[in-house]
Order: sequence, then structure tokens, then C-alpha cells
Amino acid sequence: MSSGRVLVLKSEWTKIRSVASTVWTLGLAVVVTVGLGLLISILVSNDFDSMNARERLAFDPTAISFAGMGLGQLAMIVFGVLVVSNEYSTGMIRTSLAAVPQRAAFLFSKIAVATALALVVAMVTSFITFFVGQAAMGEHRASLGDPGVLRAVIGGGLYMTLIALFSMGVAAMLRSPMLSLGILMPFFFLVSSILGNVSATKKIGQFLPDQAGQKIMQVVSPLDDDTPYGPWGGLAIMGAWVVVAVLGGYVLLKRRDA
Amino acid sequence: MIELEGLTKRYGEKVAVNHLTFTVRPGVVTGFLGPNGAGKSTTMRMLLGLDHPTAGDVRIDGRHYEQIRHPLKYIGALLDAKAMHGGRSAFNHLLCLAQSNGIPKSRVAEVLDTVGLTAVARKKAKGFSLGMGQRLGIAGALLGDPQILMFDEPVNGLDPEGIHWIRNLMKGLAAQGRTVFVSSHLMSEMALTADHLVVIGQGRLLADTSMADFIRENSRSYVRLRSPQQERLRDVLGQAGVPAVEAGSGILEVDGARSELIGELAAEHHLVLHELSPQQASLEEAFMQLTAESVEYHAHSDTGPPDTNGWAGGTGTEAVSGGGWGEQWAREQRKRKAGG
Repeated sequence: MSSGRVLVLKSEWTKIRSVASTVWTLGLAVVVTVGLGLLISILVSNDFDSMNARERLAFDPTAISFAGMGLGQLAMIVFGVLVVSNEYSTGMIRTSLAAVPQRAAFLFSKIAVATALALVVAMVTSFITFFVGQAAMGEHRASLGDPGVLRAVIGGGLYMTLIALFSMGVAAMLRSPMLSLGILMPFFFLVSSILGNVSATKKIGQFLPDQAGQKIMQVVSPLDDDTPYGPWGGLAIMGAWVVVAVLGGYVLLKRRDA
Repeated sequence: MIELEGLTKRYGEKVAVNHLTFTVRPGVVTGFLGPNGAGKSTTMRMLLGLDHPTAGDVRIDGRHYEQIRHPLKYIGALLDAKAMHGGRSAFNHLLCLAQSNGIPKSRVAEVLDTVGLTAVARKKAKGFSLGMGQRLGIAGALLGDPQILMFDEPVNGLDPEGIHWIRNLMKGLAAQGRTVFVSSHLMSEMALTADHLVVIGQGRLLADTSMADFIRENSRSYVRLRSPQQERLRDVLGQAGVPAVEAGSGILEVDGARSELIGELAAEHHLVLHELSPQQASLEEAFMQLTAESVEYHAHSDTGPPDTNGWAGGTGTEAVSGGGWGEQWAREQRKRKAGG
């Protein structure tokens, strides 16, 4: 890595640590994911006794402890969107590109720093929410040593990181924070789960980034599961979406006037 | 040194910058003059590699902006006082810029001191007044101690003391042998700071000349007269083939720089003079004349009637008879009204 690239990374780190939105978006992601995960873990484990045998067979304590991620990921989306689109909404982009006219260095340094930070926060969140969730589930709990559980917990951290990274790519393409959030939030909160749960659209829905990526957090397969990919295959599909979004953002940044 | 060669920027049908060729030299303050919308900011953005030119080329010391490794050490620019994240403190704003170009942290405190923002260094930029934002932007431009400085409308939003400060700053930077390129739509401002002048209108180069030459070539000189024997004086001058025009409140004006002749004529006829002063039209007026010419030129492509509602007419100067630079704007307004 050239020394110039290191300087830009340092600069981007200063940018990201010196705005309040970094703390509150990432803080919210932790609190919502862990808090909601705990709540749902308590509710579901209380329900265990009233389940029938089939349902008990599909009982997945690991995945249940990650239930808060559905909402927590929205904070990750906001983080990813703001990191990139703040440059545009504030006009800072012109100052930034005047300082670093090599646009690839600018964008990829920004994304690298933000992703590294998101990865640390997401991993910590994933482990905390797992342990907290399992503690709440008492005798039904899973252990980190059980087959597939460690993969699921690490995968949870990777999933949240990729969600943030995908949002950065989308924001780099769209520039406007309002437009980016207006598309990403309803998509991940509503559209994707609707497409994934209606049988007619399920075949398509399961290839959407979040549906595919969430597969890695499952330890026990749900009933009548016919997903054509495994946990890592799902994460790879999500990774492909992320690559497309980030490259799209780069190509547009390169070509556009700032 | 900044060199522009046939620099052109087109947005669809609209030509914002039209084949600009000129050079900005070190050691002097070069004023970049034109009304709002003339293409000044677009030109400056292309210079910094922010906007891609449709045609032509712009080089800084022979290189394209993107080819410069740590550009803040070569060229410092103030584009827009609001080109910063309001949630970031002044110190951190400058720090992230400094880090990206390998400029030591100590320099941040130095430039904050230079622009007088040390006391608010840890305050968020969104609480800054326009003038303070402008100062912070200037601090950013000075950060890398560059040989070339570029300021887009730097006096905007500054109080008189701030305006005085920026004028001296720019002159001082030029005196150190640096290249100083400053845009403005205020001719009076340029008259006080710039040594060299580049004038554009509607994206086209109208003048590239020294300030003194510009005034000499473009301004009207006349003699202002006041006398208790005004009628007699007029007759005498008229008979001598020097027509005087009444300019109101007891003042006569005579075209040309002929104060000696007028003084001698008055003495010869024993006329009392209360005032005999050679006058030169201000840069403002010279500027109006130049743009009036450019409007006549543009009239070939437009059949609409001249309009004085625009920018030039709004200043109330008689120097512009056609329509001034506001005509284009007025024309578009009319089109918009007709269309919508």
C-alpha cells in the first residue's frame, strides 16, 4: 500500500470519528439488535412448551437470538448511507475531491474505513446478542461449540457489515441521503420480506441481498426448506450484490461532475 | 501558473464556458470578473478537476489537477464557504484535509490563527456565520502553503473589516510571488485588489488585460465644471468648439481630457470657476461599456427586443444602452414565463 493511500485512510478516519452521526447510528444498531433479540428470545422460549413436535424440531435458538437484526440493520443502513452521502448533502465533496482528486483513492479509502468500523461494531453486536439471547433461553439455549453456531455468530457480524457496505455503494450512486434512505429502508424492512414470504415471489425473493445473506445465521433449517444455496452460498450472493453496488458507485463518481 | 486552452463546458444545449483561453501568472492578483452565471465557478471547478471539460484543457504548472500528488501543497482553493460538513469542528475539518495531503497537524493551528478562528476551533462549523465559514474556507486554502491560490467570491458575506483583511491577504500572497486568482462580480472590489483582469460574459472571454490598460481603454474621461456664470461658460465653450453638457445640480461635463484648454478659455473670458476637475469613469462603468459591446455582438443570435431589466440595467448606470449581461437572463425568464 502506498503512503498516499495511508494518508487518505487517516483523513477518512478523522472524518468519520468527528461527526455525531457515526456514534448514534452505530450505537442504535447495537442497542436495537441486542435489545430486540433479547425480548424475542424471552418470548419464544416461553412459547416452547406450547409448540408441537415439528416446530420443536425446527427450533433454532441461534437464529432466534438474531431476530433483532431485522430492525438493527436499518441503523446500519443509515450509517452506510450517511457516511457517503453526507459528502454530497453538505457540499464537502468538492473540498474532499480538491484534496484527493484521485477518485478511486477517495471512495475506496472512505468505504474501507467505514467498513472496518462497521465490521468491528457488527462483530461485537453479533456476539453480544448471541450470548444475551442464549442466556434468556435457559434450557433451550445453544452453545458456541455446537455445530454451525460459531459460523452463524460470525456470519451475523459479516451480514450486518455487508448491509452497511451495500448501503454505501447505493449512496455513492444516488448521492442524496433522503433518496438513498427512501429506497433502502422500505426495501429491507418491507419489500424484501414480503417478496420472500409470498410463495409466488419466494423464488425471486430469496436471491435478494438480505434474504440470501441471512441464511448464514441459521443453524437449524426451517421446515420444508428448499433454498438452493447454503449459508456461505447465501453470503456469496449477498457479496455479489455488494460488489455491484460499490462498483456502480465508483463508476458514477468517476464519470460525474462533483 | 494556470493555463487554460479552449476550455469549454456544455450542459446539454447550454454552453456554460465557451472556448476560454488565458493564462494566470504568478506574482500578481488576477481578477476573474463576470456577473453571476457567467461561468466563473464552472471554470474554477474544471480547474480543480471537479467538473470534466467538454473540450479543451486546463493545466496547473503544466499538469492536470488529477496528476498532482498532494494538490493542497500546490494549489489552495476557496470555492464555496458551505463546502464543509457542518457537524464537524473547524479544527477537525482542517485536520482531515491536512492528513490527506501529508500536511503536519501543527499547520492546522497556524492557519486557524491566520484567519482568526482559533477561539472557535473546537466549535461545529454549522454554528458559524457566513463570514466565519468564509474564513474557514480560506484557512483550508492556505493549509498546504501553496504557490497558487484561487478564491471564488471571497468577500461574500464578510464584514468591512473582513473585506479589508482578505484584500491585504491576497495582495500579500501575490507580493510573495504566488499566483492569486480571484473571482468576483463586483468591479469596485477588483479595482482595489487586482493587477490583472480576465473578464468573461456568458462563458466567453471578453478581456484579458492589465487593470490599468483595461481602465484606460474602456473608460470615458471627461472634465467636470462648476461656475456661477454657467450660461456664459457654456456659450464660450460652445464657440470654442468644446460642447458642454449640463449634468444637473449646476454641474457641466465636457467629454475628453481637456482641462487645460477649458481653464485657459475661462481665464481669457474672466469667468469664475468653482470646480474644474478631470474625471475618469470608474471601473464599474468601464465594465458596463465592455459588456454592452458583448451584448451587441450577441444580438445577432437573438431577435428579441433589448431589455434593461437585467443585471446591468439594475445598477442604474446610463453607460449601458443595449441590455447588458442581464439580457440573457431576462430572455430566459421570458421563455420560462411563456413556457410555464
